[in-house]
Amino acid sequence: MADLRTLHDAILEGNAKQAAALTQEALAEGLAPLDIIHQAMVPAMDEVGRRFECEEYFVPELLLSARAMKAALEPVRPLLVASGVQPAGRVVIGTVKGDLHDIGKNLVAALLEGGGFEVIDLGADVPAQRFVEAVQNSGAGIVALSALLTVTMPSMKSTIEALDQAGVRGRVKVIVGGAPVTQQFADQIGADGYSENATAAVALARRLSRPA
Amino acid sequence: MSAFDSWFHGRPLLTDGAWGTALQTLGLAPGRNPDHWNVEHPDRVAEVARSYAEAGCDVILTNTFRANRIALGEGSGALAVELNRAGVEISRLAAVGRCRVVASMGPSGRMLAAGDVTPDELTEAFAEQAAALTGADALLIETMSDVEEACLALRAALPTGLPVIVSFVFDAGRNKDRTMTGATPEQAAAAVEAAGAAAVGANCGAGIAAFAPLCARLRAACRLPVWIKPNAGLPEMVDGRAVYRTTPAEFAAHAPALVAAGAAFLGGCCGSNVEFIRALGAELKQCALS
Repeated sequence: MADLRTLHDAILEGNAKQAAALTQEALAEGLAPLDIIHQAMVPAMDEVGRRFECEEYFVPELLLSARAMKAALEPVRPLLVASGVQPAGRVVIGTVKGDLHDIGKNLVAALLEGGGFEVIDLGADVPAQRFVEAVQNSGAGIVALSALLTVTMPSMKSTIEALDQAGVRGRVKVIVGGAPVTQQFADQIGADGYSENATAAVALARRLSRPA
Repeated sequence: MSAFDSWFHGRPLLTDGAWGTALQTLGLAPGRNPDHWNVEHPDRVAEVARSYAEAGCDVILTNTFRANRIALGEGSGALAVELNRAGVEISRLAAVGRCRVVASMGPSGRMLAAGDVTPDELTEAFAEQAAALTGADALLIETMSDVEEACLALRAALPTGLPVIVSFVFDAGRNKDRTMTGATPEQAAAAVEAAGAAAVGANCGAGIAAFAPLCARLRAACRLPVWIKPNAGLPEMVDGRAVYRTTPAEFAAHAPALVAAGAAFLGGCCGSNVEFIRALGAELKQCALS
């Protein structure tokens, strides 16, 4: 008997194999994909976020849980697509040109996927033009930029300018993050949002995805 | 009794400042791993090394922070050895007759706790790097976020017979006093002391103001000398350029508090340069080892 409680715990504990197996079991027994997501997966990730805020979980735990969530979503995703359920939003994410740091960006990408977003991850050292192309090709509503080096923060500004020049700036919300990035900087370059950590980034993406 | 006893002469030792940004002023492209310049532009690396030696440093590091085969990428074993040997040689030449050379070993960049790398892979990479750095007077495992990775690196480096310093970044958690993986200064210090480190420390982070309490906690948690190398604050973006608001004088003004908190080695990390080190040196001349 599939037990959503044990699926919840598998995600909380970062056990990707078990999370995937339990999800398969639940689906095989006829549980609705959306029920599995809303009754087990989302509460699990909310608890992960709470533990991060309380300093019980740190970055490694977040990453492991996000991966377990991703593994659990694998069998569910095609069923959602087939039944016409829309993702929470579509996000193009990457670390900007000149910057190779990707741990934070990977964490945000994993949490966004866990949170029901479709994520197009462009990797690191991404030129502005690639962000533009990804937006044009995917119709994404959010562009998430990461930078860990102060010398590469200006690439965030040039990426926003490139989106503007390509005529797609108005179609997307741009959010920024990374250790040296601040709200002030985000405001200066005309970003639509800034978040201090990965869990806040998902909440921000959700807020910005709500119909106006 | 510490491996460094013969190094000290009545006051904390002055270590160097940032190398990456110094190399960028000499033409290094942002985002490029500076360690490659040990073979591509050794003369420019030597210039940075000399500038710190001439600024009065008791210790200069090496341009080898990312020269382990994991950080360099697939199949880089031979390159890692070459870059590390060249890095030590460059610093050695600059240091001769003036100061000691401590060779820098940075993190692998992969998350052990998330299974992105195995303990064996880390051990192999760090052992390979350490073996190529034996021309230095000591080894520095720095900017570590994960105590387990740090201890693996430490155990891989100890067979060289050199004293090994292990330094962490404490900038996470509500009070910004833990590593990214959640370790406290107490946990980090206890772990590396037990594993055989000759010194423990903190570097990088969010600016020098946070370091006196960190230093005091490290000092209280073990019997090792404490290595302190803070950033010159977090930068602000002004007209599209990163500007570090902390001035050399402001930075150096923290020295007495750091010495009082037990710092045995004092220098600067990101955002610091020769001017910062000179100012720090002037302050240290007035301090005695606490």
